[in-house]
Amino acid sequence: MSNQSSVEILTEWDIVAARQLGRNVAKELGFGTVDQARITTAISELARNIYLYAGQGRIEIQRLTENGVKGILIIAADNGPGIPDIRKVMEDGFSTSGGLGAGLPGVKRLMDEFRIETILGEGTDIRATKWLR
Amino acid sequence: MNKQIASYIENNSSEIISKWQELMKNEESERSFQVMPVDLMDQTSREFSDLMVTNLLDNHEAYENRLADFAEKVVRLGWSITFVTKAITHYVEVVYHGMESDGIINEDSVRNFIEEFNNWVTPIRDSTIDTYSKTWERTVSLQKIALQELSASLIPVFDKISVMPLVGTIDTERAKLIMENLLEGVVKHRAEVVLLDITGVPVVDTMVAHHIIQAADAVRLVGAKCMLVGIRPEIAQTIVTLGINLNEFTTTSTLQRGVEQALAWTNREIVEVEEQ
Repeated sequence: MSNQSSVEILTEWDIVAARQLGRNVAKELGFGTVDQARITTAISELARNIYLYAGQGRIEIQRLTENGVKGILIIAADNGPGIPDIRKVMEDGFSTSGGLGAGLPGVKRLMDEFRIETILGEGTDIRATKWLR
Repeated sequence: MNKQIASYIENNSSEIISKWQELMKNEESERSFQVMPVDLMDQTSREFSDLMVTNLLDNHEAYENRLADFAEKVVRLGWSITFVTKAITHYVEVVYHGMESDGIINEDSVRNFIEEFNNWVTPIRDSTIDTYSKTWERTVSLQKIALQELSASLIPVFDKISVMPLVGTIDTERAKLIMENLLEGVVKHRAEVVLLDITGVPVVDTMVAHHIIQAADAVRLVGAKCMLVGIRPEIAQTIVTLGINLNEFTTTSTLQRGVEQALAWTNREIVEVEEQ
């Protein structure tokens, strides 16, 4: 069993593949159904952002162990246009695509740790972690 | 020259097949060949070998048909495409080396033989791959149709009350279909209350919620009420954490309670009949 696996996001159906992968890993790590739903939803949001805004990218799922605590790390990386104003996208209700604008702030609330790095014109790298309690 | 190859294969067929089987067994990736019972394996191998030879002997007209036939048969053997291309390569290898060590292929004729071998194998490989990809494409498009048939029909359960059960992943295409069927159905069945049942939707993210909200707004525009039912506990928590506002919706955990509520809205209720 590998500690790391990833899904390339090219079409809308890859979003399903990504969250299927996430759900399986979360289940194996022993997350309950509520946390499984949180993790898959977070993956779904991140993967959809890649599909909508960057066109293509990659979702990576890693198993973590830190001080005996297990966790799951989602990495969403793309080489898309980047995000011009991070503060704005982290606000609830901000959307450039007519959506609900709850995506990124929602993911932050769904997970325990959330980090976003973006460079205009070069891409975005989002890492979100959930620990098993 | 074709005839030479063919007659060589026919004269040495059992030797070729056993050598070829040896090579194929070493292909670690292909379990199916290793666990296959011996008699079945022999039969399949002989069949494969025969197919390879018939491609050599036929005249040009029958050739095209043969080739398509060959590919069909290979596909039906149930081997993976990697395995089949390897099988073809190994088979040709065995034949070539055999003919070389028998002296049929020597320095004078090697150039011609290489060309012959190429003419023999390339079309086989091409048409096999072609048939495989066509089979897959067919399967995928059939499944797509099956999925569309599955998705989103509006079912009238009572007078003025209809239910749309949603099962599976909602993508943009399906969301569009849901919206269309919903509006069409509401008008056609003269529904006053529509229950959207999301028990079978595995993940409700902001996009799915967005589509549901839009659908409900549209239903309101044609004069009906929309109710969201079948919200599982874990989905409820995720929706709240995401900060999706469903305040304008009436929502219930199960379809059953949704139906009761809908009946109440249309001034009706279900009562038990006293036995007489």
